[in-house]
Amino acid sequence: MTIPLPHATPVSAPHWQGCREGRLLVQRCATCGRYVFIPRPGCTHCLTGTLEWVESSGRGTVYSFSVVHRPQRPEFEVPYVVAVIELEEGWHMLSNLVDVAPEAVGVGLPVEVAFREMSPDVTLPYFRPAIDP
Amino acid sequence: MHGPLHDVAIVGAYHTEQARKLAVPEPALLLDAIRGGLASAGIGAADVDGVNASAWVSGVRAREAVQWLGGRPCWTGTGSAGIEAVLEAASAIAAGLCETVLAAAAQAGEYGDHGATVSWTRPSNEFVECWGLYTAAEFALIAQRHMHVYGTTQESLAEVAAAIRTNGARNPEAVMYGREVTTDDVLDSRMVASPFHLLDCCITSEGGASLVLTTRERARDLDVEPVFLLGGGMDRQGMSYTSPPVFDLHGRVGERAGRRAFAQAGLTPADVDVAELYDPFSFEVIRQLEAMGFCGYGEGGDFVMDGRIRTGGELPVATNGGLLSYSHAGLAQMLQKVTNGVRQLRGELPDELTVPDARVVLATNGGAGALFCDALLLGRDPA
Repeated sequence: MTIPLPHATPVSAPHWQGCREGRLLVQRCATCGRYVFIPRPGCTHCLTGTLEWVESSGRGTVYSFSVVHRPQRPEFEVPYVVAVIELEEGWHMLSNLVDVAPEAVGVGLPVEVAFREMSPDVTLPYFRPAIDP
Repeated sequence: MHGPLHDVAIVGAYHTEQARKLAVPEPALLLDAIRGGLASAGIGAADVDGVNASAWVSGVRAREAVQWLGGRPCWTGTGSAGIEAVLEAASAIAAGLCETVLAAAAQAGEYGDHGATVSWTRPSNEFVECWGLYTAAEFALIAQRHMHVYGTTQESLAEVAAAIRTNGARNPEAVMYGREVTTDDVLDSRMVASPFHLLDCCITSEGGASLVLTTRERARDLDVEPVFLLGGGMDRQGMSYTSPPVFDLHGRVGERAGRRAFAQAGLTPADVDVAELYDPFSFEVIRQLEAMGFCGYGEGGDFVMDGRIRTGGELPVATNGGLLSYSHAGLAQMLQKVTNGVRQLRGELPDELTVPDARVVLATNGGAGALFCDALLLGRDPA
């Protein structure tokens, strides 16, 4: 059994397609310049319909985290680290931290995206400690 | 200043039996809640012209409940049973759309194996589920950031959990009745999702509750002690468990609800005798004490110490044992924050849990991990 994998919607499909290509794509408003995540049909800052998909550097820091010992489902191997990542462009996303001991994780830890192919259709954007912070 | 909510009173409040698992099917439990609410108000089904109902598993909602009540109600609520439903019903009564509303909620028949978290705590969103998040982890992400920014300690979280679980241990109606818990017990319990130990997290259980609201004028004609609505407010910041719980964006959710409620009531947090705060996790109480204005931001961890929020302290919190120890049943626990406030003001709780001469209760629903937090002020005296 595998962990539950995301099903893309028409709004989110470009993000997941980007992951398959090894690129972390996020929406940015062409009108006000601000970032929007999770994907939306229009800008949540200025309500215009001028969102564009742009590539993030994939670098950021751990904004907050939790070391999970009781899994959401048995398919998740414990302990695992869930985190809110603050990307260097200033937007936030949820992910898991990999390649790091849970006790070594703290707020502010520099991280970078690490894509993992979960199935032929789905690649997930995990994060790991930045190799060259 | 007199406002529309002040023309509405609560005349009935009822809790069904609560248990880890109940033998009764959910529709029967909801019917029990409906009957109990009517009996508590001393009225019959024919006296009700508005209804709201929420049953998590069977999906029974208000429009079906109309038929259960013989088709008499003409108004149905759409909000989930809780403060949202109370404010919706009170607004409808104040607007003259109906006169007497029964609001009921029940949940049973959901729990199966112990191999995973309860299904209704698991988000299905494409940007959440694959990371193994569930309710505890969502709220943990808010708590951890608060601890980082303000230095809030694990001991403060444990004190909240122990204080509320102590209330439940002394409440014969609580699922965890008799289970005394100390702060050391909380700190020694196994980690679920850091910083939350097992005893920092609410229980899961089954049960129901109901409430009857009517006009102040009609309340005078009933043979019950009414409880008055003093103020209310909502603070909704989006869908629960979809976008990331970013503390800077959502860490103060509830502030707008509290400010509105206190302004309508012409009161301040210093006037509150009992705080029936929503307690899905220990930390959420600390956060709500700040958001509702009982202390400054960052001061909640210190505020809860020295017995201040224990029964007998300056501001007793979750006096029936809350979600941590009394019951947490799908949606019914939201309504139970209000029904317990009513029972506290009417002096219907066990002596050990009764706050003597309580005249004002603040009830809340929701929390930062869920991106909403609503507030309701109840009074023994009319506004």
